[in-house]
Amino acid sequence: MIWNTAETLPRKDIEELQLNRLRWQVEYAYDHVPFYHEKLDSIGLKPSHIQSLNDLQKIPFTVKDDLRDNYPTGLFAVPNREIVRFHGSSGTTGKPIVVGYTRNDMENWTECCARMVSAAGVTCEDTAQVAFGYGLFTGGFGLHYGLERVGVSVIPISSGNSERQLMFMKDLQTTVLIATPSYVLHLTEIMEEMGIAKEDLYLKTGLFGGEGHTPEMRELIEARMGINDTQNYGLTELCGPGVSYECLHHTGMHINEDFFIAEIIDPKTGEVLPEGSTGEIVFTTLTKEGIPMLRYRTKDITRLFYEPCACGRTHTRMDLIMGRSDDMMIIRGVNVFPSQVEAVLMGIEGIGQQYQLIVTTEKFMDRIEVQVELHDGGILDSYSNLEKLTNEIRHKIKTVLQIDVKVTLLNPKTLERTAGKSKRVVDLRSKAF
Amino acid sequence: MLVKQINVFLENQSGRLAEVTRTLGENDIDIRALYIADTTEYGILRMILDKPDKAVEVLTASGFTVSSTPVIAIAIEDKPGTLDHALSIFSEGSLSLEYLYAYVGRTSDDAVVVIRVQDPQMALIKLEESGIRVLSSEEVYGI
Repeated sequence: MIWNTAETLPRKDIEELQLNRLRWQVEYAYDHVPFYHEKLDSIGLKPSHIQSLNDLQKIPFTVKDDLRDNYPTGLFAVPNREIVRFHGSSGTTGKPIVVGYTRNDMENWTECCARMVSAAGVTCEDTAQVAFGYGLFTGGFGLHYGLERVGVSVIPISSGNSERQLMFMKDLQTTVLIATPSYVLHLTEIMEEMGIAKEDLYLKTGLFGGEGHTPEMRELIEARMGINDTQNYGLTELCGPGVSYECLHHTGMHINEDFFIAEIIDPKTGEVLPEGSTGEIVFTTLTKEGIPMLRYRTKDITRLFYEPCACGRTHTRMDLIMGRSDDMMIIRGVNVFPSQVEAVLMGIEGIGQQYQLIVTTEKFMDRIEVQVELHDGGILDSYSNLEKLTNEIRHKIKTVLQIDVKVTLLNPKTLERTAGKSKRVVDLRSKAF
Repeated sequence: MLVKQINVFLENQSGRLAEVTRTLGENDIDIRALYIADTTEYGILRMILDKPDKAVEVLTASGFTVSSTPVIAIAIEDKPGTLDHALSIFSEGSLSLEYLYAYVGRTSDDAVVVIRVQDPQMALIKLEESGIRVLSSEEVYGI
């Protein structure tokens, strides 16, 4: 189902619209955000130089560090009184990034999410359970507003408490589930334990995001839940969910091209790659008033393709995300950087500075084990001291990452040392997931 | 009158304990008593050795996390009721016991009880007042 005819415009019209909006967005950013003003001035570029979509390539990239360095609102184009909503996400140093939405931004975001919901075949006849967290994380609210716009009956249950999730699914006859794919698989395990069959539920459709999932994982989810599993993609920096999404044909994620321009670059050289190449996807916002993003580097690896889709949408599609161009891990939908863990461990006495993170899958949920070396023999006097140390590490990491980790103490010099960059992360998550 | 007990951190991994005993054997260090506190995650190996200082040196060099703790060793008659009598001194004196372990010596008829308490100096006074024989480190290391 197509929510807005803008999704089926001929390519020529889409590109014309994009160029008009791009020229507005660049001029707006130049005029209202000192960061962009200085950046363009430094290379002698004026907004008026943007005459074609190809001219976009003249604009320097924006990266996550720019948001962090300008924390909290340095990249905002409007004063806070124009902002009607803040959201945020975690960063490598424990300092979050903050984004802000004007009333128009909220309207556009809601539009993007309504399109996503419709593309998954969801209508006002449906009841949707939002098992994404509500809060600074964009997932919960983004989906909520999109679903509501379409007229879906929304259950804002938020994340966690699997038994209650399943109870509501049964009692309110939920037809649509919103969650991270790994949480869905976890739910299927709980269903098994509780003796709930997919026939006991009313689920038809899943809108899953926050992290990628492979075709194998999709197959498993569809078989166990008896649903059509659709994936979507978004970034806090761009708005949150609603940047791109699959339709029921599962032929890649349609990008809301009237709101975002996507490019694929070589992550090493920054050069724009020819059509069909795999590389890092870069986005430019086209209508943002709160915090415009010019050529934002996502670090996500994918490719773009332009063939028309059977659903009738003419917007460019992107492949499912194949990986990251940096060391960021996505654990249960949460961005985790090894450096965050490192910062925590540095502040704890009695352990060495070497560490390793082992990521595994247990019951379809990501688990992190933090291995550190015990250096202070003094705490061996009583076992409770050892427990105190591991609890301290676990607690401090949880404060930063919001994730419960397992802490394993090792003897000194057990962890591999290398001359160059140490291997900090061992990802043992089974390839199927 | 305090005796040195050596503590070694053990990862819960097969072969770790054998590595400790091999290191000690190769360095001609004799184990007098040995006790392991373990859980599913880790073990702490506590030992009374004939050459405790050397043991700390060689085990540390072999990559173990090691420490030494002062403990009290007492000799009690190896017959029913004697341990109970010794322990009553601790409870009556409100001395908090961290842990203890016992073993039977090779030559005497006495059993040796190794005790770790919060306040070893106070414990020594109470034990002596009660006439319980506290072993010197020479006696213990040479058992």
